[in-house]
Amino acid sequence: MAETVFTRPESLADVSTHYCPGCTHGAIHRLVAEVLDELGVRERTVGIAPVGCSVLAYNYFNVDFQEAAHGRAPAVATGVKRARPDLIVFSYQGDGDLASIGMAEIIHCANRGEKITVVFVNNAIYGMTGGQMAPTTMPGQVATTCQLGRDVDSAGHPIRVAELMATLRTPAFVARATVHNPLVSVHAKEMLRRAFTYQVEGTCFSLVEVLSTCPTNWGIPPVEAMGWLEKNMLPYYPVGIFKTPEGGSREPKPLVD
Amino acid sequence: MAALQCGDFSGADSETDSDAGRHAPSCVRSETRMTKKLMKGSEAIGEAAVQAGCKLFFGYPITPQNEIPEYMSMRLPQIGGTFVQAESEVAASNMIYGAAGTGERVMTSSSSPGVSLMSEAISYLAGSELPVVIVNIVRAGPGLGGILPSQGDYFQATKASGHGDFRVLVLAPWSIQEAADLVQDAFDLADFYRNPVMILGDGLIGQMMEPVEFSEGRTPIKELEPKTWAATGCDGSRPTNVINSLFLDPEELEQHNIHLKEKYDQMVADEIRVATYGTDEDYDVLIVAYGTVARVCSTAMEELREDGIKVALIRPVSLFPFPYKAIREAALKAGSVLVVELSTGQMIEDVQLALARSRPVHFHNRLGGMLVSPDEVVAKVKAMLGGQSEEVLHG
Repeated sequence: MAETVFTRPESLADVSTHYCPGCTHGAIHRLVAEVLDELGVRERTVGIAPVGCSVLAYNYFNVDFQEAAHGRAPAVATGVKRARPDLIVFSYQGDGDLASIGMAEIIHCANRGEKITVVFVNNAIYGMTGGQMAPTTMPGQVATTCQLGRDVDSAGHPIRVAELMATLRTPAFVARATVHNPLVSVHAKEMLRRAFTYQVEGTCFSLVEVLSTCPTNWGIPPVEAMGWLEKNMLPYYPVGIFKTPEGGSREPKPLVD
Repeated sequence: MAALQCGDFSGADSETDSDAGRHAPSCVRSETRMTKKLMKGSEAIGEAAVQAGCKLFFGYPITPQNEIPEYMSMRLPQIGGTFVQAESEVAASNMIYGAAGTGERVMTSSSSPGVSLMSEAISYLAGSELPVVIVNIVRAGPGLGGILPSQGDYFQATKASGHGDFRVLVLAPWSIQEAADLVQDAFDLADFYRNPVMILGDGLIGQMMEPVEFSEGRTPIKELEPKTWAATGCDGSRPTNVINSLFLDPEELEQHNIHLKEKYDQMVADEIRVATYGTDEDYDVLIVAYGTVARVCSTAMEELREDGIKVALIRPVSLFPFPYKAIREAALKAGSVLVVELSTGQMIEDVQLALARSRPVHFHNRLGGMLVSPDEVVAKVKAMLGGQSEEVLHG
């Protein structure tokens, strides 16, 4: 009898997504779902969907969900977790949602040490609204609202969320990962597993920033988009663990030995 | 003084009280009461919420309502509940969204500028059909305005408490006892309709001290269903529950809008609360006022009656749904109508809608945190009867 070595996680709904070809949201959804399955928490998990490309995340996960207003997912998650501390609560947010309109909510949620998990998907652009500049858009990167490329003199430099969150004194787990190839995706899953584990154990707030691609709004084919992420984003957004509740190093650690 | 009647009240028998002006009875049903306790309005509102089963409070400091979050921060941990001081009213209102989505009873309070910040979440709460109680201790505006009492948020509360096509059930107490009673009812109404319910008060309600008693063994005023819609984890025995106001398919959204409208229509049919004083007798002038202003008017009414002037008072307790019919019927017995508000003229538009020009409507107001005095109301009524007051035709 054949052994099943690969199957759809129970935490992932058996549906097609609306994500564009080459977008890594689907891969990140899967990693989150695998972690929920492996930790055995699916039945007591509530996800918080953002506004942005992953606005319909509640259709793609086989768990209860709440849809938040733009940027407010950490506040909604706070409400859920404070009402029901026994639930596993995660928000899934993009860079416009978390790093722009929702910056106050994410900083204060982390600073209060809410025992939730934040999956922060950074693709350096607004996807759903059609490719506008995000707080994480790279210097010189072209977007529909900076058609000559991001001018750091007027728009500032891209915000490094993981580094920013790691400056808070409140204990937390903060990491950055990427999913532009299978090897680094294994590391991303490990970061997500650690983040959710800290929540399951009731230890601390956890956030994993995951670098992601947007071939449609970057205007380059999917395979090239993976290379663009590696060449342009990785040097500025290094992967690794930025903070642990045990007081780990703030310096990013190398992805692989 | 003649008996002041408090009637036409959904779910409640008419009450009669001979000292309405002084003791301002609550127009909520009478039940077995516990011992009276002297309480500040803000504390009574907080305690009423706790008595109603509210275990969660999320709020942000703003004058003049700080005593409500302060009380809840002390009280909720005593009962195993949770208080969170949010980073903003934006966050606080989204925290109540999250908490309500789990099916727990939750409340926030704020004052006018803070409620403006909450209007985003209030719209999402209505769209996602989440039950919450929001207390607005209104202060004078616009902008930062002042911190003294006002009724300038009537339009915001009753017509446009956020973007989109929705309504919030709005209740306006005139005494501390009534504030406590309405807060408790608000939780039942919120759960029953799966809709935000707003308590609209002012600094007088928040700061005054009056005797309050809470109902012992209080039973809900509505038959409440289990919250099977709550997002609390899915073990596979049902489809996943999603708390959501997004409907990208216009046909689906239209059906959702129709469903919401049916709830608002049911509120209009079942939840109108209005108190009347002296409307069983003959009167020449009908005064329409709500909240603490109605209390001032009831004192003015006593003085006018001592001068032999026949006057009655009608007080909307529910501002949405608004008691159009009761006001029209009471007004038709009078020669003219006086609306008194702490605004440039907001509720008066609903009164004019109710009357459809069948009676002249006059208006008296104070603004900016200034209060209406009984003497002003007495003088205005005398001016009306002496032909020295112009009726207000538009707003």
